Amino acid sequence: MSNPVAHSGRAVELSKSLTGIRGLDEVTRGGLPTGRPTLVCGGAGSGKTLLALTFLVNGAVRFDEPGVLMTFEENGDEIASDVASLGFDLPALIEAKKIAVDYVRVERSEIEETGEYDLEGLFIRLDYAIRSVGAKRVVLDTVEALFAGLSNVTILRAELRRLFRWLKDRGMTAVITGERGEGLLTRQGLEEYVSDAVILLDHRVHDQTSTRRLRVVKYRGSHHGTNEYPFLIGIDGISVLPVSSLALQHDASEVRISSGVSRLDDMLSGKGYLCGSTILVSGTAGTGKTSLSAHFLKAACSRGERCLWFLFEESPQQLLRNMRSVGVDLEPWVEAGLLQFHADRPSRYGLETHLVTMHQAVADFKPTVTVIDPVTNLLTAGTLTDVQAMLTRLIDHLKMEGITAMLTSLTPGTVDDSTISSLMDTWIVLANENVGGVYRRTMGVLKSRGMAHSNEIRTFVLTDRGLQVFDPAEPPMAKAIGGARLEGQSGNAGAI
Amino acid sequence: MLEPSEAETFLLRLYVAGETPRSLGALSNLKMICEDNLRGRYQLEVIDLLQNPGLASGDQILAVPTLVRRLPHPIKKIIGDLSNRERVLVGLDLRAR
Repeated sequence: MSNPVAHSGRAVELSKSLTGIRGLDEVTRGGLPTGRPTLVCGGAGSGKTLLALTFLVNGAVRFDEPGVLMTFEENGDEIASDVASLGFDLPALIEAKKIAVDYVRVERSEIEETGEYDLEGLFIRLDYAIRSVGAKRVVLDTVEALFAGLSNVTILRAELRRLFRWLKDRGMTAVITGERGEGLLTRQGLEEYVSDAVILLDHRVHDQTSTRRLRVVKYRGSHHGTNEYPFLIGIDGISVLPVSSLALQHDASEVRISSGVSRLDDMLSGKGYLCGSTILVSGTAGTGKTSLSAHFLKAACSRGERCLWFLFEESPQQLLRNMRSVGVDLEPWVEAGLLQFHADRPSRYGLETHLVTMHQAVADFKPTVTVIDPVTNLLTAGTLTDVQAMLTRLIDHLKMEGITAMLTSLTPGTVDDSTISSLMDTWIVLANENVGGVYRRTMGVLKSRGMAHSNEIRTFVLTDRGLQVFDPAEPPMAKAIGGARLEGQSGNAGAI
Repeated sequence: MLEPSEAETFLLRLYVAGETPRSLGALSNLKMICEDNLRGRYQLEVIDLLQNPGLASGDQILAVPTLVRRLPHPIKKIIGDLSNRERVLVGLDLRAR
């Protein structure tokens, strides 16, 4: 091309323009190709207009790149309200000459075609808009509407080809949206003309829950993530959930916080969990995961920390009652406003909505400690890969915010623990074994990054004064179980 | 032939982009059609979008040449070089479809 680049043996990555859409810039490794058109296609309601608008508005507001929106579909009010949903005032951006909008309407009923023509009028309008704001970015949404308005397909195709070429020659970083077609990426085969980058959006319903997905079908001259990535349309607009987005830029805190169980703290080199870390507590039903979480949160509340507990199984009332029975009264902390519950049915909506509401709950309450109980229940809201992607994203977010998170997991469960656990800093395994006709509860620290930890499996009991871990030095099993029996006789059903 | 009210004045605008053979052809085709069919009761305005690019959006111009019948209502648009006289007359509502 006109831009000769000396070959130094190493391929030169082409220049890219950030979309400002979290996740998308990671998947594309830096954004869309600068000065080239990108095709964004998808069915009705797949979010392509919102993606295009976000790219444009972010360009104008965050990256000092004014933009032009040429829309063939929506009227001004709809566009303005879409932009308002992103938190921006479109009329103000237009006023400030950061964005120019041209609404193109083609009414076939009022048009008669006679003889040769071209679409120079469209070029002139676009050129005029580009000049009026000094645009670097252009969005055409959805140019295929022209096919409904004009009947000469041969002219239209030739002119669209010329238009995309023209945008490239003008150095515009452009997003062109297209409606998904049968067997084609777009109804009119626009992908033939826009060959630099193609992004496909999909909105599908799986078991009555909806998931949005994004895939970079093509990105000429650049590496890109090739998977399908779930994405969200939330209060803050679009964000994509790349599994690999764990940016590993979190501050590594040295501060330690108590697990709420002093002997468990002992097992964690005497000081408890690392502040801002993520803790997985796994075990089958009835092994004491929720009780361990309750101890942790009670200790955190006692230190004056704000705690948010996501419940996907029990109601807050049930939980408070059950925890009182094992000697953990959380009610005072709820009343003090330090502990808040966020209870939801996993099947109530799709994963992306869960993620959005969880993000929002965290943003609203600003906790320093959070529990997700049980994280495995979210599986009913999506497929395994989706849940893993969502968890990665959520943990990523919590770590960024420095929030210590405890996730409980029912194992052996359907989530492959080795996948989740690689994201975890500490993994506590609880079990309930049948030993000579008696259930014996055990607890072990399978891993705990950044600290020396005990490798012993310890016996514990749930009493009405709380969770008691036995010292390995204490007389083993028989006495431990005997102790548990005694507790059982004194009215604690949970012990045996 | 329809009988449009004699009092009706046709307000026509022809949008072109530069003096290309096609736009010159459209203009001469249009003038002949108007003289033959609307003598004395039309006003024609030619707008070169290269000179006045800001005027393109007002009448929703995409294709050039585009002839816009602004009056009488409703607005009609005829795109192309106006080489087919019959189609132009139909487009202007001067002849039945």
